[in-house]
Amino acid sequence: MKAQSTAEMVGSRPSSRISNASSTPETSQSPNPALELCGLSKSFTLGGGLFKRGRTLGAVNDVSLRIPRGQVMGLVGESGCGKSTLAKMLLGLTSPTEGDVLVDGEPLRGADQKALARHIQPIFQDPYSSLNPRKRIAQIVGLPLRVHGIGTAREQATRVAETLDVVGLPRRAAEQFPGQLSGGQRQRVAIARALIMRPDIVICDEPTSALDVSVQAQILNLLLDLKTEFGLTYLFISHDLAVVEHLVDRVAVMYLGRIVEEGSREQIFSAPRHPYTQALLDSALTPEPGLGVPDIGLGDAMPDPSNPPSGCAFHPRCPKAQAICQQTRPRLEEFRGGNARVACHLA
Amino acid sequence: MSRLEVNNLLEVNNLLEVNNLRVDLPVEAGTLHAVRGIDFHVERGEMLCLVGESGCGKSMTSLALMGLLPRKARLTADRLQFDGIDLTTLPERRRSDLRGARMSMIFQEPMTALNPAYTLGNQLCEGLIRHRGVSRREARDRALYLLERVGISAAKDRLEQYPHQLSGGLRQRVMIAMALMCEPDLIIADEPTTALDVTIQAQILRLLRELQQEFGTAVIFITHDLGVVARIADRVAVMYAGEMIESAPTPALYANPAHPYTRGLLSCIPAPGKTPPGSRLQAIPGVVPSLVGSVEGCAFRNRCPQAQPACERTPPLMSLPGDHRARCHYADRPVPAPLQPEMSS
Repeated sequence: MKAQSTAEMVGSRPSSRISNASSTPETSQSPNPALELCGLSKSFTLGGGLFKRGRTLGAVNDVSLRIPRGQVMGLVGESGCGKSTLAKMLLGLTSPTEGDVLVDGEPLRGADQKALARHIQPIFQDPYSSLNPRKRIAQIVGLPLRVHGIGTAREQATRVAETLDVVGLPRRAAEQFPGQLSGGQRQRVAIARALIMRPDIVICDEPTSALDVSVQAQILNLLLDLKTEFGLTYLFISHDLAVVEHLVDRVAVMYLGRIVEEGSREQIFSAPRHPYTQALLDSALTPEPGLGVPDIGLGDAMPDPSNPPSGCAFHPRCPKAQAICQQTRPRLEEFRGGNARVACHLA
Repeated sequence: MSRLEVNNLLEVNNLLEVNNLRVDLPVEAGTLHAVRGIDFHVERGEMLCLVGESGCGKSMTSLALMGLLPRKARLTADRLQFDGIDLTTLPERRRSDLRGARMSMIFQEPMTALNPAYTLGNQLCEGLIRHRGVSRREARDRALYLLERVGISAAKDRLEQYPHQLSGGLRQRVMIAMALMCEPDLIIADEPTTALDVTIQAQILRLLRELQQEFGTAVIFITHDLGVVARIADRVAVMYAGEMIESAPTPALYANPAHPYTRGLLSCIPAPGKTPPGSRLQAIPGVVPSLVGSVEGCAFRNRCPQAQPACERTPPLMSLPGDHRARCHYADRPVPAPLQPEMSS
């Protein structure tokens, strides 16, 4: 029985997708977006004790997003804005307090961790801490196959070798330990581990920010190639706006747990509507000598998420804030025929 | 003739003069040549950016200047002069009189650079009391003044706070205030904004540049971010594999990079408006060579798209017009037509 189901699993996800690059990616077959978040929220309780109620910290509040198949959604925002909590919920590492995650139209709530891992895989920021230093590369990359009981040991070894080829690692890397590889090579290992389950969606959490610039370009090229080759959908979390502009189709901007603006790359980068998006774009320092460092006119750092400001959470730092911004929280309104959204009274 | 060129001809009055600086570290497999004979100078009141990737020797260079190298490291230099003082022969006692007083340092991670067990006030005042022998009250007044200058509100209360009570951006502001306490001639800032958010980074860089110009402090700013360099540097020095492979005034370096490595670095960051979104970026193939044991010839030749047989020999530091130097046999030749980036399949 077990052997049968294993064979079925291997059969149901044909390996042709890795060995035969020309097979058509599963685009435009399903009307559903690859990934959809509906009113996703996550709150934590801080402090508190036996007789004392703790404070509530809303890390992610009512986030709704649709990522069409084969597209790249960029997610930007400062540290503490909830990007990583959002990523953790998508990976099933923490469960949402409210809302649903839909993969290809199917809600993931109640779905077990294993089922989730077949669809969504992560690539983390730091390839130094995300790989077990005591395991060989072949073991690290092959672990998902063993966990899911896919194929025989021999088939698993073949799949590992194929995947190492796909990410541009030499075959001999299979027998090495992470400590013997450079940062760029380690990130390739992390990408191989994410791809070996042939996921539909990859969550890239700052995948190049721990790498040197010359290596960063290699990894970004690889991510773009893999996307085309396997028809992948990416959620690309980054603080590097030049990289985001290069890679993504759409961008969502988060501030203090909420999406404040979302739109196509062109719309966000050429006509941002939210003052926070504008400030983020201004503070991206492009390599153009003579321009100096702009005065972006933002006040102090992020406010305390456990005690968010009234009204629009951005108003204490906003150079354009009016009286209404202190009183009422702006709703995320659609514009451009529903193709873009912004939450600002003044936009 | 620019001020830079005049200074160069006369070779007068440079705050820092470095010739043939070498730093060797004993490691298990032999000797790691972390810094391999670099020459550079820092003028009074200028912002010099040291650029390079991890392992290129930029942090070792800064630690060598501060006299903070690991105990096992061996430093040699033909000349290492700070305002006429020979740092290679200076006894440690005199050295620590300079450190904090005339040259100070801002580190990448303010949380590990600040002592968690002392209040900010204590840490800010300590240097001034030690070096200038002022009273606690005077030191406190100076600390208050500088905290306000670096844009920290409620400065009085902050003096009583501990580092963990501040956000990353505020901590880095405190580090800048601390570096300025004794009005040093030179500040070495080692990736001071790398750990910060972009909006905070812009504010900190702007502040550092403003104060540097106002107080006439020379700054060696170490970074790997060519966007930051373009916006703040007066001059740029690029390091690769323990060598300084190119140095130039900022506009010249970006307009006419003379070393293939500098050209590679500049072309592998996506430039809005120039790089079509989704196109392949030009990457530098290969990896940095190991600096353990001897390195022969040009260290970049294995990754260089223009390498020739002559690159087996160590290239000279070639002088180009306008205070521009590059360590490449072909630095004075016209740049070959840019290789067409391969198109995405």
